[in-house]
Amino acid sequence: MFEDSALATVLLAMFAGAIRVSTPFLFVSLGETLTEKSGRINLGLEGTLVFGAMSGYAISYHTGSPWLGVLVAGLCGACFGALHGYLCKLPKVNDIAIGIALMLFGTGLAFFFGKAYIQPQAPRLPSISFGAWSDTPSLRQALEINPLFLLGIVLAVVLWWGLKNTRWGLTVRTTGDSAPAALALGINVNQVRLLSTMAGGFFAGIGGSFLSLYYPGSWTEGLSSGQGLMAVALVIFARWNPLYCFLAALLFGAAGALGPALQSIGISRGYHFFNAAPYIMTLLIMIASTSPKRSLKGAPGELSITK
Amino acid sequence: MVDVTKADRLAAGQGNALAETLDRFRRSSEFVIMPILALIVSGLLFSVFLLALGKSPADFFSLVWRGGFGTSFSWQNTLVRSSPLIFTALCVAIPARLGLVIIGGEGALVLGGFAAAAIAIPMIPWAPALLLLPVMALAAMIAGGIWIGLVGALRHYRGVNETIASLLLFYIAVSILNFFVEGALRDPSDPNKPSTMPIGRDNMIGAIPGTDVHWGLVFGILLCAALYLLMNRTTFGFAARITGGNLRAAQAQGLPVGRLMVISCAIAGACAGLAGFFEVTAIHGKANASLIAGYGFTGILVSFLARHNPLVIVPVAIFLGGIAASGGLVQRRMDLPDATVLVLQGLIFVVLLVSETFYGRLPFFRPRGDL
Amino acid sequence: MSKFELNRRSLLKSSAAGLLGLSAAGLPRLASAAGLTVGIVYVGPRDDFGWNQAHAVAAAALKEVPGVTVVEEENVPETIAVQKSMESMINLDGAGLIFATSFGYYKPFVLDLAAKYPDVQFRHAAPLWTDADPKNAGSYFGYLDQAHYVDGVAAGLSTTTNKLGFVAAKPIGTVLRNINSFLLGARKVNPDVTLQVIFTGEWSMPVREAEAANALVDAGCDVLTCHVDGPKVVIETAESRGIKCCGHNASQAPLAPKGFITGAEYKWATIYKMFANDLAEGKTLPNFTGGGFDVDFVQSTPYGAGATEAAIAAADAARADVKAGKPIFTGPINKQDGTPLLGAGESLDNYDPSLDQTDYLIEGVIGSIT
Repeated sequence: MFEDSALATVLLAMFAGAIRVSTPFLFVSLGETLTEKSGRINLGLEGTLVFGAMSGYAISYHTGSPWLGVLVAGLCGACFGALHGYLCKLPKVNDIAIGIALMLFGTGLAFFFGKAYIQPQAPRLPSISFGAWSDTPSLRQALEINPLFLLGIVLAVVLWWGLKNTRWGLTVRTTGDSAPAALALGINVNQVRLLSTMAGGFFAGIGGSFLSLYYPGSWTEGLSSGQGLMAVALVIFARWNPLYCFLAALLFGAAGALGPALQSIGISRGYHFFNAAPYIMTLLIMIASTSPKRSLKGAPGELSITK
Repeated sequence: MVDVTKADRLAAGQGNALAETLDRFRRSSEFVIMPILALIVSGLLFSVFLLALGKSPADFFSLVWRGGFGTSFSWQNTLVRSSPLIFTALCVAIPARLGLVIIGGEGALVLGGFAAAAIAIPMIPWAPALLLLPVMALAAMIAGGIWIGLVGALRHYRGVNETIASLLLFYIAVSILNFFVEGALRDPSDPNKPSTMPIGRDNMIGAIPGTDVHWGLVFGILLCAALYLLMNRTTFGFAARITGGNLRAAQAQGLPVGRLMVISCAIAGACAGLAGFFEVTAIHGKANASLIAGYGFTGILVSFLARHNPLVIVPVAIFLGGIAASGGLVQRRMDLPDATVLVLQGLIFVVLLVSETFYGRLPFFRPRGDL
Repeated sequence: MSKFELNRRSLLKSSAAGLLGLSAAGLPRLASAAGLTVGIVYVGPRDDFGWNQAHAVAAAALKEVPGVTVVEEENVPETIAVQKSMESMINLDGAGLIFATSFGYYKPFVLDLAAKYPDVQFRHAAPLWTDADPKNAGSYFGYLDQAHYVDGVAAGLSTTTNKLGFVAAKPIGTVLRNINSFLLGARKVNPDVTLQVIFTGEWSMPVREAEAANALVDAGCDVLTCHVDGPKVVIETAESRGIKCCGHNASQAPLAPKGFITGAEYKWATIYKMFANDLAEGKTLPNFTGGGFDVDFVQSTPYGAGATEAAIAAADAARADVKAGKPIFTGPINKQDGTPLLGAGESLDNYDPSLDQTDYLIEGVIGSIT
């Protein structure tokens, strides 16, 4: 039934891609949302993502437990986040520049230590077969969902609800909207930002481990192609709302699957541009959703890029 | 009542002149000594890193010296690698004066090189090198200028974050290059490395006599001098720096902020485009995927290390070129992976940025007149 | 047929017959070296389960040869950096033989250095050397498409949907030739098969390779193979989807314990050891060394669990045929656009130079080059 329709093939591939490819975007953007809500922008998440991928893979290889790898990847990410948070609180330090520097440093460290892990095979994360009921192999495959994806959805909801309704959410938002107001309330602005950045790094590390431990499930130096930075752009597009981050991540995942999906049904002309679809889409979305006149609705007031 | 005569006042002034000179020296030396201190600190941290891995820092740094600056061959290796870095660093430095952080110079380099090679295709059969090369350079500058100028325009007119936009444009530039180089503009005589038509040996930019280093280096240095004058000695540069200092105040003053941003970004893109031009005309002779070599990204580091000062970019580019040049030797002699150089560069970058916090805080550099 | 083509063919044929040391007149002889340093430059990481690893494995074999020192550099991009790396190996390490293992290293970098250092031998892993190039430069190449042809034969008998899948990096001559040969092998035993190709656009892009592999399987392919720098991801994806696969460049058999049929592997060690021994004995090196199964420059990965008896028998027979010189490209064959490549009864010798310039896909391959 499905196989014969070309459109159905592409749509199914994009649906599957949306789930598979979106998970790293989801985790990184959720982490960055938290960080930016507290008033800091962390562009170093690309390096954190790559290092998380490497460390997760390495730990999984040495211990045989991919979940332990995920945890360690998160912890490494938290360390990078802590470094970022600590350095940015020093006066006169530009957080965008620090982010770029940590991106280079993190990537370099990951490649350096990762040399030994390009060849070995590490145990991979399991997936849950939501599609066992189907006769169509492609649909069955599309519904092979990794627990991290589900965890990401839960995280998005928790973050959204928490930021809106809990006291710590209010603390974070106040710190991000107006540092003087937060200080007046007795909030330790630097500590809140440090913890938010660490949490952001933790999630980004987990997102990276998904790449190496599940999809594509291998560690190499070309594993990430700007996903960390696109996720930061995604946060702006999602207006700092964790639920919209989830939707945007799905959109990005689907865009990433577009190129190969079209080629599989025979549309090969211009495949370079289809492969660039995620980047083009990110750019167009950013153009459409920002404006210099209106202040970005939902933007934390303290964020350096919106001042 | 003390009668302070004119003569007394003059005498006091003369004594202060010496103190003033010392103060000025202290303040300006800060900008030289601090980065050097940052380099030393990062060197120490990196040494700790190497020791933890069981490698000898002394070996490493002596290999860096040998591979980068020790012999005439290493110097030429270094200079050849620094040449593109000068141009791509300018692509970061000029907009940085306006407070913009552009990291997509690599994309402008790629498109600049591609545009140069593309415009050469119809001209190669009849045009002499003296006409061909300037036209190619112009095409490269226009292509690169449009690409980064677009980033500036998006930033001013739509509020799009320029850092992310410039990086996205890099990926898009790569797909444009690949599309044309593997398709419409592909040279059929080389089936295994998709490239544009070669411009021919006679048309290529040669080396400075007596060396292996191409003329691009000289052009880069001249360009740095010219842009330094532009940013520091013209009204344009002055207006740009005011905008960088405080955007709202600049707008309140009535400065054409949008125009300044777009023009500065266009100049920056033109510089990166020239990097691509020299890669095509001095190294490869054609445009292909080898243009994507990471020069744009290393240029970011060069510019930050040089504190976005076009004149300082030249020695910093040479320094980083030397580190890159020694990478091969480090790989072969110390059995360290090529990523070692990346780690060192990242560390230097981080330490340098952190050193910003110490400006004006260390007592040595404070003018004595304050005390 | 031009004189040049004749010369190249005869060079190849005599290499094939095992006569080494054939050279154009006037090549300088290398004095027998009491200790030869060989420099090898890789474009990617050495242990990528693919292209670079195949060379690294050969380099390791080379290190076993007494009196030979090997210096290696990896991740060297195809820019001026490689020229400087090679020069550094010559100047500082005293290398007398340089292996440049990536396509883009040849023009202009190897050529420029060969002219500058006439006493050093440069060999490049692609069939690019011509008579006009310096005599101390040369090409060595394994005709992997022969092994892909054998893979295709095995794959043709292993598919139940008659749809084969190929994940390709870039549409360059060698890749297109492998694609065509793979299909020709499959069609020899199963005239109804089609081959679907997806180009990822990059030599190494794991996420896109995984997406392409999944897309091919979703489109109905039940045997996958590839030509990317590191086939690890494609093979692992095929295995996780429960379909069969054929490897490329190096042995990926351990990655697919259930579905691996066979693979097309380079055996660079044959060439590397041959060159080192020749130099040590003071012989001159040939400028153009290429071959396939006949001279042990390529090999098939030992069969895995996915290979059936019928497939094994057919593949063994096909390999023996190719080794004996029977052509892979026998007509009638049309190109994808319908124009004839070979008429009925015509064939192309396996070392025909026109095949090195492949810029088309043959009929039966689904997917376009741009």
